[in-house]
Amino acid sequence: MNYVIVGNSVAAVGAIRAIRERDQQGNITVISRERHNVYGRPLISYLLGGLINEKRMAYLPNEFYLQNRINLLLESEVVAVDTAAKKIKLAAGDAIPYDKLLLATGGDPFIPPIEGMSDKDRIFTFTTWEDAAKLKGIAPDISRAVVIGGGLIGLKAAEGLNLLDKPVSVVELADRVLSSAFDRPAGKIVARKMKANGIDVITEDTIVRIEGDGADISGVTLKSGDFIPCDTVVVAIGVRPAAAFLKGSDIEVNRGIVVDATMQTSKKDVYAAGDVTEAADFFSGQKNPMPIWPDAYIQGDIAGAAMAGEKKEYVGGLAMNSIEFFKVSTISMGVTNPKEPTEYEIHTYQDIQNYQYRKVVLQNNRLVGAVLVGNVDRAGIFSGLIREKIDVTPFRESLLTPDFGFLNLSRDIRDRLFAPQGKVTDNGHTERAAGH
Amino acid sequence: MKRIYTIEDACIGCHLCEVGCITEHSLSKDPVKAFLHEPERPISRCTVEELHGGIISLSTTCRHCDEPDCLRACISGAIQKNAEGIVRIDTEQCVGCWSCVMACPYGAIQRNLKKKKANKCDLCPDRQSPACVDACPNRALVYREGSQK
Repeated sequence: MNYVIVGNSVAAVGAIRAIRERDQQGNITVISRERHNVYGRPLISYLLGGLINEKRMAYLPNEFYLQNRINLLLESEVVAVDTAAKKIKLAAGDAIPYDKLLLATGGDPFIPPIEGMSDKDRIFTFTTWEDAAKLKGIAPDISRAVVIGGGLIGLKAAEGLNLLDKPVSVVELADRVLSSAFDRPAGKIVARKMKANGIDVITEDTIVRIEGDGADISGVTLKSGDFIPCDTVVVAIGVRPAAAFLKGSDIEVNRGIVVDATMQTSKKDVYAAGDVTEAADFFSGQKNPMPIWPDAYIQGDIAGAAMAGEKKEYVGGLAMNSIEFFKVSTISMGVTNPKEPTEYEIHTYQDIQNYQYRKVVLQNNRLVGAVLVGNVDRAGIFSGLIREKIDVTPFRESLLTPDFGFLNLSRDIRDRLFAPQGKVTDNGHTERAAGH
Repeated sequence: MKRIYTIEDACIGCHLCEVGCITEHSLSKDPVKAFLHEPERPISRCTVEELHGGIISLSTTCRHCDEPDCLRACISGAIQKNAEGIVRIDTEQCVGCWSCVMACPYGAIQRNLKKKKANKCDLCPDRQSPACVDACPNRALVYREGSQK
């Protein structure tokens, strides 16, 4: 069996492990256009900011490829997939045959056309190790940087540059930063913390023109008319599934590669996983690209199992992010900003001065989303409640209490989680519950 | 594999499991030194919950899941599962992003804020049975073969 995996990040790792659990014999080829072995992609801001060194970028020891007998082709770009001949074509011209193919190419940064940008040198994106290395390389020469986009990637790029003592402005079109993951109060807390650390955060505005002569940037002009002098621009508006190479193939691509619950694409023996896919959402079942690290791993695992002959089903992607900004921890998961709030029940606790905020979103007595800022301890209990669709009616009132835990849940849930069958027996003897 | 299970009815909320855990993961492995004299006292990897002033209590800890949500959420690769099925955190590699805290449905990963490292049960690799189990005066914690749930 020839397994071919295009892409070499976390979805590929999930798939490799799933394949090798079931098939020790088959050949696995992994193709990546990058020059690095699998690395912790979200760590690029830590690398930029100098919080970690290059050695710690490695997501797995190099032995991983050897132990799993991977034929690894780095710096190779796939340009076409021929599903009739079951071959993929590389930019260098080679054709590689497959029996089972996984497309896990991730996302490409989206760069909108902005007046004046075409001939400028110092315009960067921020999604790969290479991006971080380039930015770090020129950092000594940066006098001021402007980051376009106040989402996760933009704010992390801004934080990284700030840690290098570079003046940074973030320009965000929406009325707050992190508008997709966070609600207003949480976005406000983060923006407040960033401002306190010297990052200029501008909302409800956008860049209409990049100014400067020749290749040099002298500043940016905003829609509001304001001008920010700078010599470096980071474009961080978002990512799009990296599926352009499938143009002309018969694999169905909508916004991302369309997959079923086993992560199979519209063509037999071709699977897709991670940020390049458009998989089902946990709540609605609607298919959407959802660039979430743990989901990419899970999708890779399911695809790998299917490729090796075992059917597992994806239960749908649950958006979740854990990010720290200047030591303020934030975790958001599921539905955080319902479009029609009347269908939901929302409870919040806030102490903005101390960077503390908690929000839970309920629908039909089930937890569907949560935002935690500051104290994020045991946040995962919430993700468990969401995934298991537990009726929270009996403990609704205690969801926001700082020491919310399993004792607030029903006894049968606790017994299921911590003591199978409600009691544990060892060597046939029932453990005696003393005092009862 | 062997896992730690909790007999809720036998838990008296004495927190000795936490004391045992902290002591075992200290430099001296001596409770007095660990609690009073070591510069960086470890934090407990098991959590005793109490309700109604301690009338109900329960010690919770890592389930060493077959498909660990923490491992899948970890962005640095610091969380790995070994051949015996034990899920461990490489604290050198951990960047303290708390993705594991977000993902673990058992709430079993602690934040060591001082060191900015995630912290979780490692089943005490240097011992026959985990320190929390041995420290429990009432056999409310048992270490035995079983499933994660």
